[in-house]
Amino acid sequence: MSPDPAMTATAPAAEAAVRKSSPGTAGGPRRRTGRSRRIGLPYLLLLPALLFELLVHLVPMVIGIVMSFKELTQFYIRDWGTAPWAGLDNYSVSVDFDAPVGEALLHSFLVTIAFTLLSVGLCWLTGTAAAVFMQDTFRGRGLLRALFLVPYALPVYAAVITWVFMFQHDNGLVNHVLHDQLGITGKPPFWLIGDNSFVALLTVSVWKGWPFAFLIVTAGLQNIPRELYEAAALDGAGMIQQIRRITLPSLRPVNQVLVLVLFLWTFNDFNTPYVLFGKTAPEAADLISVHIYQASFVTWDFGTGSAMSVLLLLFLLVVTGVYLVLTSRRRRTAP
Amino acid sequence: MRRIRAAATGAVMLSLALTASACGGGSSTGGGSNDSPEELTYWASNQGAGIEIDKKVLRPELDKFEKQTGIKVKLEVVPWSDLLNRILTATTSGQGPDVLNIGNTWSASLQATGALQPWDAEQFEKIGGKDRFVDSALGSTGAAGQDPAAVPLYSMAYALYYNKQMFADAGIDGPPATWDELAAAGKKLSKDGKWGMGVEGSNPAENIHHAFVFAEQHGADFFTADGKADFTSDAAVAAVKRYVDLMAKDKVIAPGNAEYAQNQSVSDFAKGKTGMLLWQSASANLESQGMSEDAYGIAPVPVRSGTPGTGKQVNSMVAGINLAVFKNSDNLDGATEFVKFMTSDAEQKILNTAYSSIPPVKAAQEDPAFGSPADAVLKDTLATSAVALPQVPDESQFETAVGTAVKELFADAAAGREVTTGSVKAALTKAQQQMPRK
Repeated sequence: MSPDPAMTATAPAAEAAVRKSSPGTAGGPRRRTGRSRRIGLPYLLLLPALLFELLVHLVPMVIGIVMSFKELTQFYIRDWGTAPWAGLDNYSVSVDFDAPVGEALLHSFLVTIAFTLLSVGLCWLTGTAAAVFMQDTFRGRGLLRALFLVPYALPVYAAVITWVFMFQHDNGLVNHVLHDQLGITGKPPFWLIGDNSFVALLTVSVWKGWPFAFLIVTAGLQNIPRELYEAAALDGAGMIQQIRRITLPSLRPVNQVLVLVLFLWTFNDFNTPYVLFGKTAPEAADLISVHIYQASFVTWDFGTGSAMSVLLLLFLLVVTGVYLVLTSRRRRTAP
Repeated sequence: MRRIRAAATGAVMLSLALTASACGGGSSTGGGSNDSPEELTYWASNQGAGIEIDKKVLRPELDKFEKQTGIKVKLEVVPWSDLLNRILTATTSGQGPDVLNIGNTWSASLQATGALQPWDAEQFEKIGGKDRFVDSALGSTGAAGQDPAAVPLYSMAYALYYNKQMFADAGIDGPPATWDELAAAGKKLSKDGKWGMGVEGSNPAENIHHAFVFAEQHGADFFTADGKADFTSDAAVAAVKRYVDLMAKDKVIAPGNAEYAQNQSVSDFAKGKTGMLLWQSASANLESQGMSEDAYGIAPVPVRSGTPGTGKQVNSMVAGINLAVFKNSDNLDGATEFVKFMTSDAEQKILNTAYSSIPPVKAAQEDPAFGSPADAVLKDTLATSAVALPQVPDESQFETAVGTAVKELFADAAAGREVTTGSVKAALTKAQQQMPRK
């Protein structure tokens, strides 16, 4: 991995021979060796960490990719070295959108896209709005800030299972308020099954996600000099103008990272739908992470499940890549 | 410099070793051994009203086993929601328990993975022979013509539990014997916020058990003779529709039941919110929820007409728990010894009493402890009118696929959407498409 130490051990002689012919560089090799040693040391010290990173991160990924090319059904899972190679079969089944498996995957993919866009958008909007309102000091600001962060601080399972109780049809708080007290709905709706499950999932996801946006934007706001606002106020800019002309442009680098992170987290979120709906999510809220889990564990066909995971990985890589290229280009062309 | 290089080499070697061993974990070709003769790990399924109750029931028995054999048993009670996944993970990694409980309907599916020790004649001889067990229980231990993958441990059957007081108040003479009678009784009970019957609409496993019995009564099989999925026959569609119609058309089940999956229907029955419940071995569970034994009656599950029997008169699946030995166990002899202990006449009596199930061991079943009217109904059902779920490798996938289809149909019914022959057929078609291709 790191050739430097080995090179420095054998190279000095040869190097010294070369150097001899060019006067004025005496003492060079010695200095060079010392410098490369100094350069090599940090890498050496990083090496174990790098290898462990490979071990815990890349090795499982590579195994997953290998699995996606195998016919890994219940007959082979005990000894999956013997599972026959499936070539591209698992992939062609996954992307054949006219056949049931591919069609279901596509449906799940579209649901996930819609869910992610809405959730990230709402999280960002709520988080930024709250952060901007909390920018000026007032009594109780610290308390409110702490309160806002509670959903983010709660353990996922505890938080989501509370929502499950609230969304229950017969005894849930949501129906009690909406139906029994406010009388908005004709009859109590179902939230955990059927089409409303999408709304339930989105609600929990935004509730859980916006404090993070709030936290990051709040941190970003600290870096905007107060003088900018004072100068703008002197020039007659109102609050909307100030937000448009000062706050948002100054937050751009923060927002770029924030939106990407929120997108990846939301798109891949497994815990929220799994705790809300259990192993079989309703069709309207069939997020891709649970869908792939189901595709693997329901049919015991881990090859196809892995192929779907690899496709998802590729999609997220492309999205992330395009996003980074676009945002960095914008930054470069910006004055 | 030299020290750094040594450290680097060490780190590389360690990493490589870890990588190699991590990869090696996946493919566990070897069979079991007797390398660790003094210890066993036992995964028990959750049979009591809670995991703690199971531990309380099992621990003294395991201590008894340790006293007899010197083998220490490490117990883990695994909830039903996790059990199958845990077994699959153990199968894939080769790292698992020595002895484990499995739902008897999974026998053929797990048998196909090769993870469980087959019980051939010689193996059975070690625990006293195959003919100690009741035939119906043995019928749910693996595919026909192969050595069983497991040994029956607890037997259960579905029965109709009904609230005596609510029946008397509504002027219903006795428990219904046919579905039409059940619908009529249910309509009388469904008033003033109370309902005729409860179901676990969002629990695929519960759904499949009932769908299977309805299918039998309509003369439908979910699998062809050669083990292929056949979910969409007219009879199968009619059967599933009849079941869901209890909520959709007869309206004897509260719509809220469509999202039940945590045994809420048992609580509703215990609290007198519903008058009827189709359940297996509910007595201990009802008692723990404060419903005394004389408050409810137990009757056979209804049929379409006539009396329960074979063929179209089937009124229950052969429910139960099997005990299996994990092939990768490092204490195969000890595991066999443990199975012998758990299926002994004495232990069978103790355990099945605690769980209000029926012993699958003939000698234990004849014990007067299992002579109550409730046990008589269950024993009679098991002996004359219960059928095992299909013993095919795809059984576990079938449970999830069709069970989920029924869950979605209940969701439709609950939301007030019409449940038609067409919509049932569409749901079952989708389920069939999810079945393995090969």
